[in-house]
Amino acid sequence: MIQILDPKGNQVGTPPNVDPKVVIRMYRAMVATRQFDDRAMKLQRTGKVGFSIPNEGIEAVSAGAAAALDASKDWIAPHYRDFAMALFHGVKPQEMMDNMFGNQDDHARGRQMPVHFTFTEPIRWLSISSPLGTQVPNAVGIAMAMQKRGEDGVVLTSFGDGSTSTSGFHSGMNFAGVTQAPVVFLCQNNQYAISCPVEKQTASSSFAIKGEAYGIPGVKVDGNDVLAVYDAVKKAVDRARNGGGPTLIEALTFRMGGHSTSDDPRRYIEASVMDEWAAKDPIARFRVYLEREGILHPGDADDIQEEFAAVMKEASEVAEGKARPALETIFSDTFKDMPEHLKAQRDWCISHYSSRDESVNEKGEFPL
Amino acid sequence: MTTATKTKMTLVQAVNDSLKCAMRADDSVLVLGEDVGPKGGVFLATDGLTAEFGEERCFDTPLSEDGIIGVGIGMAMNGMKPVCEIQFQDFIFPAFDQIVSEAAKMRYRSGGQYTVPMVIRTPYGGGIRGGLYHSQSGEAYFCHTPGLKVVVPSNPYDAKGLLAAAIADPDPVLFLEPKALYRSSKMEVPDEEYIIPLSKVATVIDGDELVVFCYGAMVPVCTKAAERVKESRGASIRVVDLRTLMPLDEEAVLDAIRECGRVVTVHEAPRFCGFGAEISALAAEHAIEYLEAPVKRVTGFDTPFPNTLEHYYMPDTRRVVDAIEEALDF
Ligand SMILES: Cc1ncc(C[n+]2csc(CCOP(=O)(O)OP(=O)(O)O)c2C)c(N)n1
Repeated sequence: MIQILDPKGNQVGTPPNVDPKVVIRMYRAMVATRQFDDRAMKLQRTGKVGFSIPNEGIEAVSAGAAAALDASKDWIAPHYRDFAMALFHGVKPQEMMDNMFGNQDDHARGRQMPVHFTFTEPIRWLSISSPLGTQVPNAVGIAMAMQKRGEDGVVLTSFGDGSTSTSGFHSGMNFAGVTQAPVVFLCQNNQYAISCPVEKQTASSSFAIKGEAYGIPGVKVDGNDVLAVYDAVKKAVDRARNGGGPTLIEALTFRMGGHSTSDDPRRYIEASVMDEWAAKDPIARFRVYLEREGILHPGDADDIQEEFAAVMKEASEVAEGKARPALETIFSDTFKDMPEHLKAQRDWCISHYSSRDESVNEKGEFPL
Repeated sequence: MTTATKTKMTLVQAVNDSLKCAMRADDSVLVLGEDVGPKGGVFLATDGLTAEFGEERCFDTPLSEDGIIGVGIGMAMNGMKPVCEIQFQDFIFPAFDQIVSEAAKMRYRSGGQYTVPMVIRTPYGGGIRGGLYHSQSGEAYFCHTPGLKVVVPSNPYDAKGLLAAAIADPDPVLFLEPKALYRSSKMEVPDEEYIIPLSKVATVIDGDELVVFCYGAMVPVCTKAAERVKESRGASIRVVDLRTLMPLDEEAVLDAIRECGRVVTVHEAPRFCGFGAEISALAAEHAIEYLEAPVKRVTGFDTPFPNTLEHYYMPDTRRVVDAIEEALDF
């Protein structure tokens, strides 16, 4: 397993040659993600949003991987637990909060659940689907189109350990092996799929080894070590860009809380295991390194945390104040041209709900 | 003589209770799916099963719906009675091939030599802010699959008895649980095992001026609508809970149409090729001379399921009342 920083922040491997400005961006994206989570948890607890997916513990996987991409030509086909990939590339917290509230400015027009982001700028980010594993063959197809169009982009697709059991994972890997498409497969092995531990998910000795069956090299990294993740993904991205084919990377990490804001992990994870991993926190480890290297000065880390706490609070307040999407959005985007029967349903819906004072029940609780 | 004891419970508790009764009565009944083990299912439908029956009989599977259904079919062919849980009906589609091509056709293609006595339980429907992938009502895809039975309970009592019937059934049964009703109310349910036969409708409210056909989460909506119309204009509205969509109790449906003469069908699923179309066609083919108004369909729209605006997408009492009144005033 590749490791550059151990859990205490000691250097145990050679750090990648990377601009300190990029290193700081990784750290900022990780802290921003944790502050976003903190805000989302408060919003869920106070009933303002129905649901969120915590990233706590996974931030290094997403930030390290995102930093290896070139936003001008690469694509991301993400897992849902990848907020730091978006924040690293400069997606505005406001855009993400608008999705959490499903308001009129949400890119998905309030059609998706919270955390199902979709972006085209500043990097192409596949609209997230809830059905797991579906993004994997889609990513391979995007990469195959790059080959056919003579583009030199790379597609990064990420997914959880549980998602490797889906047929999407297996067909995506197989197609990529056969076509040598420029894809990097990133498995976020956080050791649980909701309550299902990895031992019940696979009998393989690792997730990285699954590449072998498809003729794809597999690499395992410490997923709580952002520099190790960056290093492994950067090498895989460079190789794919130069025609060397796909790579499967397994980043070993841990979900430090529930699967979602509605899940209680104490039902199925021992407290001692939670404590053990709390001591391997990816942000704390990176901070020790950055302060030792003089990349962060005393006080900087606290300032960054406060800065993002304020940013997220404000973004959520603004998002909360925005109007919900218009009724029209129930119907638009079903097809490019709206068929007649849908136009009729749209017109009926708008006149039905505008002609009377309808106290529509807006409540509803998401259980998972 | 024993007095039958009863317990007040929610629909999801009734599902849980039915599974426990079936597992106590028959060692070949097994429960498998994602998170059904120690966590007890994301809705707690399988709570306590692993504790009582062990991991041999209630177990977590890898994250693969085609795997869950595929192995369920194999186990059913070899003497077990698997009850497979699909966490949300929206995630059943990776298993569509196994259901449509294998489970539903096994008896037919083997000349009755192999059969698949299996149950697939899955929560369906909207109203929980689940957006387009945690809210869908896909019954029409499955009712269009010969060889597969499709059952939808609407209250705790029916849920327990219909699930028992589904588990006892010799053919594959898709058991769609209205998640919006999982905890919406409690009802007295007998502690002992009992069976409610499949393919029998239930008349929820009797009446003779108009019949509303509904199932699952739309039953309480329609019941309220019928009561409202009764209050506002004294009309006698019958509400029929279809309970089993395939094979449908056609005779009871046609009797109700003939007796009432006016028909409203209600479902959350999109309108086009939805179950309401089947009822409407039955009325047109076999009872047109009894109809006093066109059949009205109240449905979700022909779009994917939205999130923020879900309560504008789903039929509500008001929409059902409007349809009833239009049919009465025709
Ligand atoms: C096809 C499919 N089946 C089931 C689900 C329900 N579900 C949502 S998340 C999840 C677990 C995912 O585990 P993993 O891939 O390891 O990702 P993690 O949540 O651990 O990041 C499940 C079963 C789903 N979204 N899609």
